[in-house]
Amino acid sequence: MTLTLTPFAIEMLLRLVLILVIFHVLLIIVPFMVLWERKLLGFIQERPGPNRVGPWGILQTIVDGLKLFLKEDIRPASVDRTLHTLAPLMTVAPAILVLAIVPFADPVRITLDGGEFSLLGLTIQVAPVVLDLPIGITSLEVGILYYLAITGLAVYGIVLAGWASNSKYSLLGGIRSSAQMLSYEIALGLSLVGVLLIAGTFDLRAIIEQQDGGFWNWHVWKQPVGFLLFMVAGFAETNRLPFDLPEGESELGAGFHTEFSSMKFAMFFMAEYMNMFTFSAVLATLFLGGYTGPIASPFAELGWLNVAWGVFWLMAKIFLIVSFMIFIRGTLPRFRYDQLMDLGWKVMFPLALANMVLTAGVVAVFPPGNRWVTREEIIGQPSTVGLTLGLLVVGVAQIIIMDMILNARKRRLLANAR
Amino acid sequence: MDYLAPYIPILMLLVIALGFGIVTLALSGLIGPRVITFTKLLPYECGNVPTGEANVRIPIKFYLVALLFLLFDMETVLILAWAIAFRDPTIPNFQPYAFLAMVFFLLILVVGFIYEWRKGALEWT
Repeated sequence: MTLTLTPFAIEMLLRLVLILVIFHVLLIIVPFMVLWERKLLGFIQERPGPNRVGPWGILQTIVDGLKLFLKEDIRPASVDRTLHTLAPLMTVAPAILVLAIVPFADPVRITLDGGEFSLLGLTIQVAPVVLDLPIGITSLEVGILYYLAITGLAVYGIVLAGWASNSKYSLLGGIRSSAQMLSYEIALGLSLVGVLLIAGTFDLRAIIEQQDGGFWNWHVWKQPVGFLLFMVAGFAETNRLPFDLPEGESELGAGFHTEFSSMKFAMFFMAEYMNMFTFSAVLATLFLGGYTGPIASPFAELGWLNVAWGVFWLMAKIFLIVSFMIFIRGTLPRFRYDQLMDLGWKVMFPLALANMVLTAGVVAVFPPGNRWVTREEIIGQPSTVGLTLGLLVVGVAQIIIMDMILNARKRRLLANAR
Repeated sequence: MDYLAPYIPILMLLVIALGFGIVTLALSGLIGPRVITFTKLLPYECGNVPTGEANVRIPIKFYLVALLFLLFDMETVLILAWAIAFRDPTIPNFQPYAFLAMVFFLLILVVGFIYEWRKGALEWT
């Protein structure tokens, strides 16, 4: 029997290998993220953190995972059996799927001479191929839409977990998280519009190429407010402190995953860290130049060294952002629920709209070309200066107005009391 | 086929992700012990014996948030498409027109937003 591998089939096979590699790297990174979080929190709180299992506690989280795997899966009598099993899957699947659009490095050229070999009595004919394989799971033209769509799906897992548990803590956690994630999803979508206006495309690889050529080409300099809004909304979407009200361990037990144990709990836990990882990757890609370094790559294009260079810079940026998220967790207290909703609807949403209108105005008057610009051009460009100044004015005005509105009631009450 | 080809890796990833989840959950369920006691089957309420139904009434506020989300998310979808079309160089003098159109659209939207704000739909206290 003969099997012919067409170039398309070869590409898909190579992609499958790449997917398996990326997936396993993600699975390996998650325990080390947890370990790094515990170590860093320990450092902030002046204690050593995990230091018993292995040198520097390095095996701690791996052993924890193993322990969770071997634990009893407790299912209280009152839970909805189907949904209780489905909810962890529905949380972990979107967390993994979001990773599909993240570009990890420049493409690499793969050359196959073609030929024939036999495997298990099957003759396999390989067509000669030269193809540039982009390092990443896939490259979609609608990458950002895909990102918004799949992160939106994450709500279902959490709400279903809360609902299926049939426990008061879980239900409260689930309801809270649905309202929180819905509220911040709007700010998340709108904060990206500024970047989209400048980039003119949904394709993440194209957005990275526009930012190539060094530090001063990064979109964060053209979209400081958008960057900030996206980051805050991302914190809320990944349920990290100070937005971790769905869990709220001091008031709700463990929130939506109170009734989950063993591997089901581990699924929620992994999903949270995977979400952190992908969110950091997307933030780095959109605003911080993605896999391009602050200096130009010294390696030849389409080679493996160039790939290593790209992966190194993306991982370095992800590491910094994740460390920042952990640092925030060690620094800020949790929001009160009304503060959370106020921030989402009354500050982030109007600010995102203002940012969008201002960016659109500047882009309409001074359309930026999609080309490499030098540092002098960026700093001197009227669009950059105008945008930054305008946003500062809008931001300050916004904060003053918000303060007036939000604290008006308090002041009235105080005046009445006097 | 060319159009759909980028989605094949996503399909592979979906299969891998679901496979990973189902296999680990099933294996862990098989390996783990299973000792059933009465207290284990109760919903967890920090040691208290649960009283009443768990499906308590939920404040109407949450429903309102869902409604508002639908409204503004629709608008986000429209704006995202507009943002990509905004840079279209093929139509002369398109950008000022597109900008004004969006400003008018936003004006209508902001009127609604101010109305709901004044109505107290965004208050949680």
